[in-house]
Amino acid sequence: MNSLHEAFAQAAALVASGDPALVDIVLLSLRVSLSAVCIATLIGLPIGAAIGVGRFPGRRALIVVLNALMGLPPVVVGLLVYLLLSRAGPLGELGILFTPAAMVIAQSILILPIIAALARQAIEDAWTEYQEQLRSLGAGRLSAAFTLLRDTRFSLLTAVLAGFGRAAAEVGAVMIVGGNIDGVTRVMTTAIALETSKGDLPLALGLGVILISLVLILNAAAYLTKEAAQRRYG
Amino acid sequence: MRAPSSILPLALVEVTFAAGGRTIVDAITCEIGPSARTVIVGPNGAGKSVLMRLCHGLLAPTTGRIEWRGAGASAVGRRQAMVFQRPVMLRRSAQANIEYALALHGVPRRDRWALARDALGRVGLGHLAERPARVLSGGEQQRLAIARAWALRPEVLFLDEPTASLDPTATREIEAAIDAIHASGTKIVMTTHNLGQARRLADEILFLHQGRLVERAPAIRFFTSPATAEAAAFIKGELPWT
Repeated sequence: MNSLHEAFAQAAALVASGDPALVDIVLLSLRVSLSAVCIATLIGLPIGAAIGVGRFPGRRALIVVLNALMGLPPVVVGLLVYLLLSRAGPLGELGILFTPAAMVIAQSILILPIIAALARQAIEDAWTEYQEQLRSLGAGRLSAAFTLLRDTRFSLLTAVLAGFGRAAAEVGAVMIVGGNIDGVTRVMTTAIALETSKGDLPLALGLGVILISLVLILNAAAYLTKEAAQRRYG
Repeated sequence: MRAPSSILPLALVEVTFAAGGRTIVDAITCEIGPSARTVIVGPNGAGKSVLMRLCHGLLAPTTGRIEWRGAGASAVGRRQAMVFQRPVMLRRSAQANIEYALALHGVPRRDRWALARDALGRVGLGHLAERPARVLSGGEQQRLAIARAWALRPEVLFLDEPTASLDPTATREIEAAIDAIHASGTKIVMTTHNLGQARRLADEILFLHQGRLVERAPAIRFFTSPATAEAAAFIKGELPWT
């Protein structure tokens, strides 16, 4: 109890002090995770829509695989990206291992299945409802997919948020491909892991409080947006 | 807008539709010609809605053929529209819902706004044009669905139980809109299980029973002297006071 209390006090003090090193860590966390969300959204939503309205052999197997990939272990993703980017690896010439770019790549891969699978479910449900009407109006599958992406935009926001939550919270992938280098690739989760192992529990907890608060604020904002939009558009 | 040559008549040749081991539409052969308002009646489960979807092209017959035999039949997809029992509206304004349908039909962007406004005005929804379609009442949404279909200037308009879930006032408004569409020269084909509505709107009746076309007759004759026992029983059951 005592250390929790101390942690909150320290978190408040940390935020109040505006310590530039801390601000850098928080900003890098946001930059990496939000970049990964953007990339995974741009790729994942079209994939989800295509599987949602598509009819092709192996579709059901693909859905099962996609759903299973939602549970990808971050350390495994980190390891795979590490192997790809390491000097001997196929993409070693890029020289981006232990940079934020590598972390963005790893997190994008990690959350792509989450966004695609949740989008697939939302789009498919909507397709069941809209299918006859859209076909009657003369929409082909491709144009229907775009229409559904637009019409389910509020549900898709939830999918994107789930992806962000996962990216912001994971530690294994960014630790392996980023290396937790102070001032370069140290993000909140890797900093928490490091401080904990060093025994500085208040600082670790303080960082944890900041991390949870950020995720909470983003989710609250998205929820309110979604609610207002649903009241407006039905 | 209207292309010169008609897509009608619509011919059904031994059309059968089966699903899940059940025959829903059973060897129906008939020809639907222009002008008259054709109303398909029958008890629940008679196959009315499935027949409508077969004609519209949403379902393919299990056996048999559906042919548009008019000279303009090559463009049949764009020359017919359908209004469903429960309209599906997109999450955008009433106006934008109609513009969306116009866009799918290849209407140039500059013409869409005016055509959509015109269609909304015809069903008395001009004042709700900018309202999100999904927050409109059930009756308003169905009028919007009719406006959306009308804006496409179809030669044939299918309506599947368009008033089944509406109150009497909304039903009257829908019937008035259907009358107006008919008056503008569009062929009406609709289903209803409401015989009062069939009486008010029909020129000719197709009576379906257990997936088969049991009787086809001009509306007046169907209601006064049905030729088959099934039709007589149906009319008696639905309109016991006559």
